Amino acid sequence: MATSVLEQTHVAKRGTLASWLTTVDHKKIGILYGASAFLFFLIGGIEALIIRTQLARPDATLVSPEFYNQLFTMHGTTMIFLGVMPLSAMFFNFFIPLLIGARDVAFPRLNAMSLWVFILGGLFMNFSFLMNAAPNGGWFGYAPLSSRQYSPGLNMDFWVIGLQILGIASLAAGVNFFTTILNMRARGMTLMRMPMFVWTTLITQILVLLSFPVITVALILLMVDRTFGASFFSVGGGGDPMLWQHLFWVFGHPEVYILILPAFGIISEILPVFSRKPLFGYSAMVFSSAFIAFLGFGVWSHHMFSTGMGPLADTFFSLATMLIAIPTGVKIFNWIGTLWGGSLQFKTPMLFALGFIAMFITGGLSGVMHSVAPADLQQTDTYFVVAHFHYVLFGGSIFALTAGAYYWWPKMFGTMLNETIGKWHFWLMLAGFNLTFFPMHFAGLLGMPRRIYTYPAGLGFELFNMMATVGAFLLAFSILVFMYNMWVTVRRNVPAPADPWGGATLEWTIPSPPQEWNFTVEPVVAERDPVWAMKRAAGVRTLPEPTLDSGKGIHLPGPSWWPLVVAVGILVFFIGFMVKHSYAFPFGPITIVGFLLTAVGIFKWAYEAPDANAPKH
Amino acid sequence: MIRHLRISSRRHLPLLLLGLVAVTLTGCLDASQYPQSTLTPKGDYAEMVDKLFRTTLWLATLVFIIVEAGLLWAIFKFRGKPDDPEPKQVHGSTTVEIIWTVIPALVLAVVAVPTVQTIFETAKVPAASPDGQAPLRVDVVGHQWWWEFRYPELGITTANQLHVPVGRTVDLRMKTVDVLHSFWIPQFAGKRDVFPNRETRLWFTAKETGAFPGACAEFCGIQHGRMDFYVMVNTPEEFAGWVATRQTDSLLGPTGLPKPAPTPVVDSTAKAGKGDVVVAAAPAVPVAPAAMTDPKVAEGEKYFATKGCIGCHSLNSVGAPKGMIGPNLAGIGVRKNIAGGWLPNTDENLHRWIKTPQLVKSGVLMQVPEMTDAEVDALVAYLRTKQ
Repeated sequence: MATSVLEQTHVAKRGTLASWLTTVDHKKIGILYGASAFLFFLIGGIEALIIRTQLARPDATLVSPEFYNQLFTMHGTTMIFLGVMPLSAMFFNFFIPLLIGARDVAFPRLNAMSLWVFILGGLFMNFSFLMNAAPNGGWFGYAPLSSRQYSPGLNMDFWVIGLQILGIASLAAGVNFFTTILNMRARGMTLMRMPMFVWTTLITQILVLLSFPVITVALILLMVDRTFGASFFSVGGGGDPMLWQHLFWVFGHPEVYILILPAFGIISEILPVFSRKPLFGYSAMVFSSAFIAFLGFGVWSHHMFSTGMGPLADTFFSLATMLIAIPTGVKIFNWIGTLWGGSLQFKTPMLFALGFIAMFITGGLSGVMHSVAPADLQQTDTYFVVAHFHYVLFGGSIFALTAGAYYWWPKMFGTMLNETIGKWHFWLMLAGFNLTFFPMHFAGLLGMPRRIYTYPAGLGFELFNMMATVGAFLLAFSILVFMYNMWVTVRRNVPAPADPWGGATLEWTIPSPPQEWNFTVEPVVAERDPVWAMKRAAGVRTLPEPTLDSGKGIHLPGPSWWPLVVAVGILVFFIGFMVKHSYAFPFGPITIVGFLLTAVGIFKWAYEAPDANAPKH
Repeated sequence: MIRHLRISSRRHLPLLLLGLVAVTLTGCLDASQYPQSTLTPKGDYAEMVDKLFRTTLWLATLVFIIVEAGLLWAIFKFRGKPDDPEPKQVHGSTTVEIIWTVIPALVLAVVAVPTVQTIFETAKVPAASPDGQAPLRVDVVGHQWWWEFRYPELGITTANQLHVPVGRTVDLRMKTVDVLHSFWIPQFAGKRDVFPNRETRLWFTAKETGAFPGACAEFCGIQHGRMDFYVMVNTPEEFAGWVATRQTDSLLGPTGLPKPAPTPVVDSTAKAGKGDVVVAAAPAVPVAPAAMTDPKVAEGEKYFATKGCIGCHSLNSVGAPKGMIGPNLAGIGVRKNIAGGWLPNTDENLHRWIKTPQLVKSGVLMQVPEMTDAEVDALVAYLRTKQ
């Protein structure tokens, strides 16, 4: 039996290149999401290191101001759209069907298309560096700086078009997971029995479905401004730059919760397992997540206090923002309540989860300080804000995603990441992270604006910037330690048991890594922590290793090239808008080729029998 | 044992960080080292904000200590061994959950009340200054990448160095001619964005004389990092003198050449104190007698007219001619800084700036023709006489 598990799990045996390109298996798609997002995360990290090196000393000339602007624009864009979001998508893809006891996602080929659109969009954006035209207008692309008049090169075209492409990937994934969670849960898994990660994923998808159309509209308007000379955002033609800010932040604020809610979910899965106690206040956790998401749509203008909206608007958005602290506080207290009275096991995933709580408290409190509008007028657009959102997005999201990586690695790859190296990783990351971002609070309060490529000596910014730069390299080193851990783990390839941590949820009942059809027998659920209930009933701490099965009689959709074709078509279609202005007719030939490719792809996709290439079990 | 050590080092980390906060905020660090700090307000607006900020900060710190302590306590207290029996399966408690929902709400209410008060207090420009006068109106115009300051009531224009009298409220009305900028003097007031199509307002009253740095806070393109300026807070007398000096700029012809030749007066009360502000006590044609006779100055004057400088820059701060797209250079000879307010105004820097603007501030919109070093030196000598 053990040998056959080993054969199954052998990473090298995962198939040919073509099988990866055509896969519609949500688990393979999850792994591809994770691998490509991690690669983009590394690129974003290298950008950050160059930024920090430039800022280590006053009046530095390591990079030109032009390149610096490209670096911070791409760092922000990359970390948000190509790093944190798709790393969360890796967990959605791999684990949502497993957590709800499903054999597949609702739309497997749409899922594959989402993956390829994301990868191609990410490559497209980074390709701009090779053209020496990386986006340079900030990740918020404020008009009129992002207009053709003030950004004449291709730089902001790469940004506008890249984000539209990535938006398609996010929307497709949003539709898919929204439907999957609502329609494909195991028998007996009512909404209030869903694992917390499933809940936060569902709420995240609702946020995606409501907020991405807004940014898509904004980007289309900006593209029309840039490509065809309209003036939605330019004053000369009667437009208004404030329109861009409102549209952008109506998307941009919910986006923050799109980045952090999956992290909340991951933490809520990990803490109970390593405390050996159920999640404290489950329903409060569900409702607070939903409440946070709801409020997230009502606070966008707190990014715009400095625009002078007037005292009434400032008051409304201040108070609405403060309200978010209540459900967030409830979550933190409930996590501590989960630990309370538990039997805590300090494995690496648990360390990262605890690090998450500790860091997120800091980021949350500085967030409340920002909601105080008059004080925000001093803090906004300074390094205080940079410190704040890195405490949320790195100390929060990245710590949680790392916790999730350690926690679920054995299920994904059938091997265990090394615990000792993992603990080194954690302590180095915790130290590096705090050394990088804590001093930024001081730099900001002492008056250092953000997005400046250098600063003069004599304003007292030197010490804090030097600390932050040293910290950044320590942080980068901790990521190298993580990569070393992955490499060692893949090299040794020691098989992991199905349930290494004593888990509570359904994914631990099936082999590591799972068979293509996930569950040989579709589970029936009667509890919130079904696997713990099973173990308690059987009087054991871990379940016996699940038996492998031939999967005979189980039908899964077959691999398909068409999602990839459609993704390529979408990419080509949008590239056409970039080169359009060098052609005489309104839609360049490249756009038409892209459109045809997409149309043919969708047509063939629609008429391809779902199991034409399905493996016979 | 090792586990114990690890846990205690975790516990100490936030305390260390907190100590750092406390040390900084209690002012153990020398405030004069941080002239752009928001923590040492020098004006009434900034003081109101600072008071509110400190309230929030101490509350946040208190909450931070309590919650992190609770977390660390739980971590320390409830660490278990793998073979420990299963702990009690507690699913929640409505009572404690209500308590920890209500308490944060109360803490927020404590923050919310002064927040709303301060929002309304800072929203309106006071009708009268503390010194009894009407506020001084200054129109601010943002440009990529420098600041223009117009005094409509006084009829003068200057750039990158804002002169205001101490104790008098300054009423700023702001616009930009290109992209968004954000006007920020941390020691006097919070920042306010500047738009091309909409006038935004800001006000402050400086309580101390001296030179105070300001910056553009909204990303505005390639030289966003070099869009700084200085606020020169003068005594009312110094300020009157400065205004008078600027108003006599109109005695200069449109090319900057002096029209008549009244007796030049060198200002005897000029004070080269903080920030090298030199202010004339009485109206005077701002040209020193020695400089007048320097042939280099005359040569520089010629280059200013013939090398294209005059196309963008005016040396006359009164009723600056239309189409002057570069900063007004009246008084450039004694300004603290050049090149968008960050480069000290030395002969050497001025030379470098005129000769190779793209090397000093790449992406800057200033265009200069090829000039020899001698020509540039003459130009520098001429500009230096503009006081």
